[in-house]
Amino acid sequence: MPKLIPVADELSKPFWDAVNAKRLVLQRCTGCSKLQYPPQKTCQVCGNAALEWKEVSGKGHIATYIVIEDGRLNRRMPDQPYNLALITLDEDPTVNFYSNLPGTPPYKVPVGAAVEVTFEDVAPGQLIHEWCVVN
Amino acid sequence: MAAANDYKWRRDKDGQGVWEHRGKVAIAGLGHSPVDRRWDGVSMDQTLGAYCILACQKAMDEAGITADQVDGIICCDSHIAGPSGGSASKWAPRPYFDSPYDSELGLTLVNAEWLIKTMGLKNVKFAPTKLPTIGEMVGMAAQAVGDGMCTNCLMIYPCGNLEGRYRRGGENADDYARGPRQWTVPWGNHGGNDFINTFPFNQYCLKYGGHHDDLAPFVINQHKNGMLTPWGFNYNHDIEPITVEDYVKSRYILNPLRIWDCDRPVQASTAYLFTTADRAKDMRQKPVYVLNHSQHNFKQPSTQADLDTIEKWTDHAAKRMYEGAGLGPKDVDLFNPYDGYSVMTQFYLEAFQWHGVKRGDALQFYAGDISVKGPHPFSSSGGNLGNGRTRSAMYTDSIEQLRGTAGARQVTVRAETALAAFTTPPSGGWLMLGKHPN
Ligand SMILES: [Zn+2]
Repeated sequence: MPKLIPVADELSKPFWDAVNAKRLVLQRCTGCSKLQYPPQKTCQVCGNAALEWKEVSGKGHIATYIVIEDGRLNRRMPDQPYNLALITLDEDPTVNFYSNLPGTPPYKVPVGAAVEVTFEDVAPGQLIHEWCVVN
Repeated sequence: MAAANDYKWRRDKDGQGVWEHRGKVAIAGLGHSPVDRRWDGVSMDQTLGAYCILACQKAMDEAGITADQVDGIICCDSHIAGPSGGSASKWAPRPYFDSPYDSELGLTLVNAEWLIKTMGLKNVKFAPTKLPTIGEMVGMAAQAVGDGMCTNCLMIYPCGNLEGRYRRGGENADDYARGPRQWTVPWGNHGGNDFINTFPFNQYCLKYGGHHDDLAPFVINQHKNGMLTPWGFNYNHDIEPITVEDYVKSRYILNPLRIWDCDRPVQASTAYLFTTADRAKDMRQKPVYVLNHSQHNFKQPSTQADLDTIEKWTDHAAKRMYEGAGLGPKDVDLFNPYDGYSVMTQFYLEAFQWHGVKRGDALQFYAGDISVKGPHPFSSSGGNLGNGRTRSAMYTDSIEQLRGTAGARQVTVRAETALAAFTTPPSGGWLMLGKHPN
């Protein structure tokens, strides 16, 4: 069963366009250089509205995880149980992402392990960013 | 009444000093409807509207005032199951009933306008709309009375539940992830306090040591306190407290979050009567004074708040509340934080440092004596885990403890101040109550 399909809006369109081109880009404040994700209208640190899109390395680590055994999303029911890990970005560990850790069986999550970004089809022409454990 | 919507009532900034109305506002009445698991769709005396009217009537009777004396109504749209409610959140498309149940109002929604009309409240001059949930409404009621917007203010919290599984359907049945959900649901986070708190709880165990199942004594104690609460769901449905074995063998929802970590959605309503301290003295009950109210709404820095963020937020909320109350951790006798998911309660306990509990101490504290008759009667209300998801047990118990009318739950330690909340780490509010105005 495929995952839910993100619907881009004005703010997020550059992000999803990049993901569809298999690139992970984040907002970076031109004033204080803070990276932020998900996208916002202004810098969460200094309030600056001048934000640029910056491609990041796509390397991270697993901070912790849960296993969804009885979630509420219809579309994901057949996937249960599945991992939901919290990934911190190496360039700035205050930036984090969710991941189902494709390739890692449920409950077998190596907390603290290195991961790298990958891209997964969720609908024709729509990718999402996912993370895989680096062996 | 439209002006009420522009009313600036929140105490959500730092450095505001001691609350200007400290001890000048009181809670003089409380009322609970029965607490049912769901509305059966047939019994018109058990609709959410009927239960709200019943709760209001009880609160007025308890205080000894009449409907004509009520001049303020603070009532949010009911929280059945929130925006992703699905089948349990809306009566339609089924046919409605005769007036006053000829729309969702009274069935799944209750608001001030409907209550004023249905209850025939003639003298209400303050009835704001678009209100937040109970955690903030109690603060609004206290501020409104203090500011003279109204004198006898009923604050009502409707909490409904129809048949169907909790928050299935609605946007959770959508194939698409829209708006802020584009950053969460593709990976399976349906949004809510369960996700907000389970990740940082795992990090908590990693950082301080401990295991999810160390929550068992807390959850069991909530059940025990619930069985000492005559208005609650558990008490009225003979729900025997679970055992440690029941807990550790129970099924997972979001592993490690277990079914017993989640409160039980119910159909119920609670009402409180706020008035001035001066008027409260002449009413039927011993006044319980409001010593401060505070709110917070913190911005999440990334996809998921981590442990550091949650600790920073809750520390911040505690500091703000203590400052406005002019009190510190040692001054708080009763502590009734939110427990709707058990994995979050330790964050509040440690932030407010109740009974000296500091960061990383909570699981050990839970393993000690936290019973209502012991030295550390933590969450003496039984909260939502022990009474059903009315989101009001924390307030009602605090009021009753300070009045000295908590019955079998009455604590044996000093009971002169109480902190209560319905809040999440990022948003909500706290209420400090006192037996004395000073
Ligand atoms: Zn900046």
